[in-house]
Amino acid sequence: MSGQITGPVAIVGAGHSGGRTALALREQGYRGPLVLIGEESYVPYERPPLSKQLLLGAAEAPDCYLDKRADYTGLDIDLHLECSAVRLDRDKRTLKLSDGSIVDYQALILATGGQVRQLTIPGNDLEGVHYLRTLKDATALRASLLDARHCVVIGGGFIGLEVASSARQMGCEVSVLEATDRLAARVLPTPISHYLHDLHRHNGVDIRLECRIQRLEGTDKVEAVVLESGEILSCDRVVVGIGIIPNTALAETSGLDTGNGIRVNAHLQTNDPAIYAIGDVCEHRSPMTASWCRQETWRNAEDQARHVAHHLLGDPTPFQSLPAFWSDQYDASLQLIGNPSAAAHTIVRPHDDDHILLFHLDASARLVGVSGFGPGNRISKDIKISAQLINNGGPLDPAGLADPTVKLKPMLKA
Amino acid sequence: MSEQWVEVCDADDIEEEDVIRFDHGDRTFAIYRSADDEYFATDGLCTHEQVHLADGLVMDNIIECPKHNGRFDYRTGDAKGAPVCVNLNTYPIKLEDDKVYLKLG
Ligand SMILES: Cc1cc2nc3c(=O)[nH]c(=O)nc-3n(C[C@H](O)[C@H](O)[C@H](O)COP(=O)(O)OP(=O)(O)OC[C@H]3O[C@@H](n4cnc5c(N)ncnc54)[C@H](O)[C@@H]3O)c2cc1C
Ligand code: FES
Repeated sequence: MSGQITGPVAIVGAGHSGGRTALALREQGYRGPLVLIGEESYVPYERPPLSKQLLLGAAEAPDCYLDKRADYTGLDIDLHLECSAVRLDRDKRTLKLSDGSIVDYQALILATGGQVRQLTIPGNDLEGVHYLRTLKDATALRASLLDARHCVVIGGGFIGLEVASSARQMGCEVSVLEATDRLAARVLPTPISHYLHDLHRHNGVDIRLECRIQRLEGTDKVEAVVLESGEILSCDRVVVGIGIIPNTALAETSGLDTGNGIRVNAHLQTNDPAIYAIGDVCEHRSPMTASWCRQETWRNAEDQARHVAHHLLGDPTPFQSLPAFWSDQYDASLQLIGNPSAAAHTIVRPHDDDHILLFHLDASARLVGVSGFGPGNRISKDIKISAQLINNGGPLDPAGLADPTVKLKPMLKA
Repeated sequence: MSEQWVEVCDADDIEEEDVIRFDHGDRTFAIYRSADDEYFATDGLCTHEQVHLADGLVMDNIIECPKHNGRFDYRTGDAKGAPVCVNLNTYPIKLEDDKVYLKLG
């Protein structure tokens, strides 16, 4: 798109990024027709509380809604819920919906997120086996965990670990089965993985690494997980968190470029410039590493949605945002910003109490990522300052970073 | 008694351009010292989720929430845009004998 959009805007996917795009367009003064199409039955909501506060009973569905006071009718956002976009005709610029209706667009935003990856082993369809992506899943899982005795979590990634933390706090025995040799290995630097491991062990979770599962057993309900080693773990609930598959079907069948997601340029446009892709489904080139990447984070959903709203209203600035992720487990929180995996070396900033920060530097001592772990939001301040240090881009003194008595904030002004 | 001044801390207990948490009874507040050495007070919890703002970062007149970077002007309590859309209450502060006092509303 160039210049300011006037024609109809259609958004497929009424999740976090789709909902945010619609609200941001109105906030920034777009007055034209605006259609938001979502398969689920809820107004757009944020997913992070689903594995945390919602499971624990500290939040209910409305607490998760995006902008709790958003009035879609009042904002003249044409919200179609329990309705999916089934076909995209790029020549005619139309979408066909599952209720048979046709929607025209000048600009189309694909914000379709992902669906949980399913186990392919026997027993996957037994009662008591849960997956977690939606509010509906979370509500069902909470009800189910209330009278669970032993819950086996398959997958030691963030969703699995957050469920483990919540299930422990609800009084269940919990085992976590992870295929690789450490927790959340795809995302976390090794020392943070180890902190997390200790935290869960400390809270009584039985963690099995390099663990291969053969099948789930039970007559109607799940009763046991059988490992390839022959060991049998008896249980009455299984929660599977082994990642998501991006929802690229609409893009693929209409000839848009896809890889491990829908591919976009620096403005988040697909190879059809009238069509954007954002959020978990979007694959873009990382400005730091130049490789294709897809992010599954709250921050990315938020920032990409805002970017598209700005771009549609005539702002030509390319998308730029520092990757950022957090996870809360028990009373601890971990955070990750930038690209720790792109670092040449890592500096540990040890703190005598219970938190840790890692600075990830490139070969010229420029900060490319920071990760940290600690109780509550203890590390937040330092992470925020670090984000600005990364954006500033200058070389930093490694000795200062390694010394917790040297304050970080003055480095911003140096 | 509907209004009263309570002692918070020594003036030096808060660094310049920083914030601390102050709990009183079952209420919690965030007490700020600006770069210009002025003191301010707001509600202690973010209006997005129930998160203590004192773990956030003070830059100029803004407190940035530790969790999702929601921003408020801590002098007025104004929410500066999503994800925060509800303002914070602010409370009067006075300094006496190098001590900070907060007036409960
Ligand atoms: C349990 C859980 C906990 C999380 N915790 C954290 C956290 O602590 N920190 C963090 O940074 N991130 C966290 N995340 C990740 C974050 O929530 C996601 O990155 C974010 O939701 C992505 O937003 P999205 O809009 O791309 O996708 P979604 O929010 O998944 O929205 C996509 C929507 O599109 C709909 N849809 C798909 N296809 C169609 C179609 N053809 N027609 C109509 N509708 C369609 C889907 O039904 C869905 O509602 C968590 C995620 C989950 C599931
Ligand atoms: S809790 Fe403060 S911005 Fe979300």
